[in-house]
Amino acid sequence: MTPIPLDLGLLFAAVLFLLGALGVLVRRNIIFMLLSLEVMFNAAGLAFIVAGSRWGQPDGQVMFFFILTMAAAEVSVGLALVLRLRHLLGTLDVDAAATMRE
Amino acid sequence: MTVILYIAMGIALLTTVIALTRLNAIHALLYLITSLLAIAVVFFLLGAHFAAALEVIIYAGAIMVLFVFTVMMLNLGPPAIEQERRWFVPGMWAGPGIFLLMLLGEIIYLVYNLRGIETSGTGGSPSEVGVSLYTTYLLGIEISSMLLLAGVVGAYHLGRRAILPVAEEPTRPLLLTEGRKS
Repeated sequence: MTPIPLDLGLLFAAVLFLLGALGVLVRRNIIFMLLSLEVMFNAAGLAFIVAGSRWGQPDGQVMFFFILTMAAAEVSVGLALVLRLRHLLGTLDVDAAATMRE
Repeated sequence: MTVILYIAMGIALLTTVIALTRLNAIHALLYLITSLLAIAVVFFLLGAHFAAALEVIIYAGAIMVLFVFTVMMLNLGPPAIEQERRWFVPGMWAGPGIFLLMLLGEIIYLVYNLRGIETSGTGGSPSEVGVSLYTTYLLGIEISSMLLLAGVVGAYHLGRRAILPVAEEPTRPLLLTEGRKS
């Protein structure tokens, strides 16, 4: 649609990615960590889209599709693990999972 | 058009910050859905129409709904918010925040070299993406379908026991394989 500066798009993706990374590092609730992972996946896909738009090729969107697939598979297994963690330990604290192995 | 793009980018960044600083998980999810929709607008304006549709349908529609259902099943109450408030203190995020800001500075410096280059405004039409997916990237499609199948099987196996009542649980933690007995 509209041409935008390439550095602006990449910077936007980088800021989103770092926000997600900060969320993973800071939060102790496992649901928020998974959410932050989603933000990071999304930012990586955004960088691919911006790069694909630079050359007008569909490859960026194809890579976004693969990232989307991986995020969907990751989140389904991750949320099943969250339910299990809550079931076994009664908390969503990731530090509590350190004792899972006994 | 450019103004719409900047507004969408601002909304995306702002709602992501708000989402990741919420104490209540449902509030965070709603803000994140807003952020994903704003990013879909950015995709559309970049010319990636297929990716914009996928972002709305799969990210905001499927993945976030999965999160919402999980949070509903976990049945978190006010105690969880109290616990979050105790965890979310400035000492917790100051250190990582400073180092990530330094990384952001480096990225800004590196991206600055790209100044003056513009995107083309088109990222391939949906039909081009489809043709590329099913010719050049055919193997990737097969692999991602297997990944999704593994995700389905894994989620079913891991999540099955969690929704049953915990009447006769053994004292030690369950092994993952014990779900088959019931």
